[in-house]
Amino acid sequence: MSFDRYEELAALVPTEIVTHSYVQDIDLPFGAGVLALITLDNGLDHSKPTTLGPNTLIEYGRTLEGLRERAGRGEIQAVAVTGKPYFLVAGADLSTVKSLKSEQYGLLMAELGHEAYDLFGSLGVPSFAFINGVALGGGLEIALAADYRTVSSGANGIGLPEAFIGLVPGWGGVYRLPRLIGPASALKVMIENPLSNNRMLGGAAAFELGIADALFEPADFLEQSLLWAARIVSGDTAVSQAQKERRSRLGAYDDAAWAAAVAAGRAFVERKTGNAAPAPSRVLDLFEAGKNYSREDSARAECTALSDLMQTPEFHSTVYAFLDLVQKRTKRPAGAPDRKLARPVTKVGIVGAGLMAGQLALLFARNLKVPVVLTDIDQARVDKGVAYVHAEVDKLLGRKRLSQDAANRTRALVSGSVSKDVFADADFVIEAVFEELSVKKQVFAEVEAVVTPECILATNTSSLSVAEMAADLQHPERVVGFHFFNPVAAMPLLEIVRAPRTDDAVLATAFALAKELRKNAVLVQDAPAFVVNRILGRMFGEITRVFDEGTDAETADNALRPMGLPMTPFRLLALVGLPVGQHVQESLRAAFGNRFHVSANQQKLIDAGVKGLWEKHDDGTSTVPGSTLALLERGDSPSSGAEVLRRTQDALADEIGRMLDDGVVAAPEDIDLCMILGAGWPMHLGGITPYLDRTGASERVNGRTFH
Amino acid sequence: MSVEIQTTPARSASRRVRDVVFVDGVRTPFGKAGSKGIYAGTRADDLVVKCIRDLMRRNPSLPPERIDDVAIAATTQTGDQGLTIGRTAALLAGLPRSVPGFAIDRMCAGALTAVTTTASGIAFGAYDVVIAGGVEHMGNHPMGAGTDPNPRFLSERLVDPAALNMGNTAENLHDRFPSITRERTDAYAARSQAKFAAALEAGHIQPDLVPVAGRKAGAGWSLNTTDEPPRPGTTVEDLAQLRTPFRPHGRVTAGNAAGLNDGATAALLASADAAAELGLPVRMRLVAYAFAGVEPEVMGIGPVPATEKALRQAGLDISDIGLFEINEAFAVQVLTFLDHFGIDDEDPRVNQYGGAIAVGHPLASSGVRLMNQLARQFEKDPAVRYGMTTMCIGLGMGATVIWENPHHADYGQDAA
Repeated sequence: MSFDRYEELAALVPTEIVTHSYVQDIDLPFGAGVLALITLDNGLDHSKPTTLGPNTLIEYGRTLEGLRERAGRGEIQAVAVTGKPYFLVAGADLSTVKSLKSEQYGLLMAELGHEAYDLFGSLGVPSFAFINGVALGGGLEIALAADYRTVSSGANGIGLPEAFIGLVPGWGGVYRLPRLIGPASALKVMIENPLSNNRMLGGAAAFELGIADALFEPADFLEQSLLWAARIVSGDTAVSQAQKERRSRLGAYDDAAWAAAVAAGRAFVERKTGNAAPAPSRVLDLFEAGKNYSREDSARAECTALSDLMQTPEFHSTVYAFLDLVQKRTKRPAGAPDRKLARPVTKVGIVGAGLMAGQLALLFARNLKVPVVLTDIDQARVDKGVAYVHAEVDKLLGRKRLSQDAANRTRALVSGSVSKDVFADADFVIEAVFEELSVKKQVFAEVEAVVTPECILATNTSSLSVAEMAADLQHPERVVGFHFFNPVAAMPLLEIVRAPRTDDAVLATAFALAKELRKNAVLVQDAPAFVVNRILGRMFGEITRVFDEGTDAETADNALRPMGLPMTPFRLLALVGLPVGQHVQESLRAAFGNRFHVSANQQKLIDAGVKGLWEKHDDGTSTVPGSTLALLERGDSPSSGAEVLRRTQDALADEIGRMLDDGVVAAPEDIDLCMILGAGWPMHLGGITPYLDRTGASERVNGRTFH
Repeated sequence: MSVEIQTTPARSASRRVRDVVFVDGVRTPFGKAGSKGIYAGTRADDLVVKCIRDLMRRNPSLPPERIDDVAIAATTQTGDQGLTIGRTAALLAGLPRSVPGFAIDRMCAGALTAVTTTASGIAFGAYDVVIAGGVEHMGNHPMGAGTDPNPRFLSERLVDPAALNMGNTAENLHDRFPSITRERTDAYAARSQAKFAAALEAGHIQPDLVPVAGRKAGAGWSLNTTDEPPRPGTTVEDLAQLRTPFRPHGRVTAGNAAGLNDGATAALLASADAAAELGLPVRMRLVAYAFAGVEPEVMGIGPVPATEKALRQAGLDISDIGLFEINEAFAVQVLTFLDHFGIDDEDPRVNQYGGAIAVGHPLASSGVRLMNQLARQFEKDPAVRYGMTTMCIGLGMGATVIWENPHHADYGQDAA
């Protein structure tokens, strides 16, 4: 009955893949009676996670209503919920939630979850959740609503990632979790983990925190969970006592602990996001106020927060970035040829033995597990390059990231030579030599003289024309751009550059390699600086330009704070290295003209050996030293922070508009993917183009939005 | 209890045969094979894993690294019963990687052979503690599937092709022993059902069962805790109605034979010394075992020569055997055995808890089920000194193991 009012909501999503609530009665041992076991199952295999939409929740709620009646009649003595293999439930169906276009429906969805979940805790008989696998967001909150929980040591993906997605754990999570495991641990789960690359918990960690009362191995997880439930239901003194003691120990807190947790959470959010997105603070607001709430008070506040946040651009952008781009678009890169065309790569050559070459060698050897040979102009450089790789392998071994056998194998795979003859049987040779066209052309010519006609020649250039590099070769169709980001091991993006003559087999091999290297590849055309560096260059240009015009460093560097970028522009420049940045900027100006600003002041810093604008002090603050300021010649027309932000937005909208007009990538989605994966731009911007659309920059500059 | 014998004096003058004891045994509930059975959708190796884990939980004083080998039998060793199932099941059960395992096959006597083979290893001194068991998921692996009998069987008349079908061999047995009628086999079968139902009611069956969770499409998880095949209340009148699928107007029916089943078993065996050292219970002592071959066309007669051989080894007479656990592949095969040894059809020493006709016979798993039941009967009846587990085996074989009851007053006094 009570779920009828949600039918209207369910009707909005007729195509929902419903996660059904199947019930089986289990006769418990020890005279504990009958346990009704609900299996949440969408009938599909493990590649299709179970999710929660309105139809699913209505079915779940009505199932619980039925079980409450049975409990009232004395037919069942306990209720438990578990999931299909590998999942309890993966969480709310985000595409559905995102599609709810009005606050009214958002609120209804929030209330639906509460109504169903609250039933689980008030059946009149003990309720259990057996967390057999992934339990995220609303999935974990189903479990939190139970009286007792067990978790499988094989479960992965347990957490409340709402703050990352742009929501709050508003189906009771924000209320129940701190009362279960204490405020500090609760905020670790609700704030720290989501904002640390959306980290999740495994079963053992969830048990340690107190999220579950018992931990069982996956081989007979359900059988042991049922046995444990039987002991609880039958009042087994030892088991009940241990469970109670553990819970009161892990869930203990006082007012001071609660306040301290909130303060630490707020500091963490400020540090991680600069408060650029609303969700994390909203979680903390609810959490803070919730200390004195009843569950009903909290439920009302949670529903309000959820319905508010569901309408925010940050939530919509995050779903777009996380679900549509990072989870889906990376699987099928736009423009990649049929993967069947890919050729096997059984040996890799790297021209150059410098730092970049060494990083590449390690990456190729670890992931492809084929011989990798480095060359350079003299033995000393070669030895140094190989030694670097071997030392990195030792570090991985020391950190237990590699086994002794894997370390031995990886070291043995990497060798060096002063002669390019070692490339004769390579299938893929990548150059990582000085960023100078003539040097690269000469290298490619020398390599071509040695290798087979099919051997792929790749360049890690960040700014030079791949077409020109290939122009004088006998087989220009074998050349492809393979642009990694620094540090190579950590950055997930690979820009694969198709030159006009690059053939499909070469391109297909490049994409296949990217996948084996565990990089997300985006196909870009052979345009100067490709995507990430071109957009970053335009941004750097705007910030250095306003600084050169007379805007103070503080204002210029912090103007983009509202975007929540991982690092301010001047700090990022210092990290990249001013000379490298200047070089890229100069090549961009050479290619595209003065819309890319090259700062004369930056050159002065470089000439003076200054590493960056800011100098950090022991107390954590930073200033621009007088000695640095003395080197500079700046104008007298400063801009306000708001002006700088708007100018930068406009510049980015302009540059991206040009890139799309020129077909540098297939669609704005690829731009966003590049900025998220290659520059760490935040998901709540949706990369960048959704942000430019909603701030009006796209319209102002291009007369139309990107989406 | 141990018998000092000189085996290979040149190498080891001190080598002696050690006593082998049956410590514990468990099994999954047995299911009906096929898409409606309780284990449709459950893997065979998972059934074994549940048994091994339960065995370990039931015997917490046994450090898992002390297990010297894991022998698991399966008749069809492909798919979820392939890949050296003793080893894979050990790994999947979470036993230490230092514990080895192997697969074994003697069709219906698979688990029994896993026990005798590893027991020999214990006696020889190669092992202290082992796990031996078997599995057959006849739903996943229909009998005979994927086999490729050598054409010489036919061309050289080595084996009547009909002997490859077990039902036919049972009909052949009726031909050989005309005194065993359909009426006798049906009456035996009805008693098997009744005895099983009584044993279940008395609580003799459930203690050795391992619950197994299973999940079915559109139904969710459920927990299998009881055997699916038994048909309590079956009467001879019911059985008389059944058709004889192997022969028109034949005698063998689905009612007086074991069904097609899914299930797994596992037992813990140890040397008597290791059991004492580790505080493991001794539920039976192995006295003797023997295998024998017979004409494949009447494979059901196999237990007769196997039993005679085992009795001879043990220096015992059939009258010394106080309890029989004989596998009921077919009622006719049991009656053949009883007739040979002059035992009455309703002798209370035979299959006290009923047999495979009621509970089912997942081929290679059944041997340990017989041992579990014998061990329990020993415990209930200390007056019995010796018991026997025996089975017939496809392609014309029989297997018999004689056990001693540790609860008997004379246990170990003049050990055979």
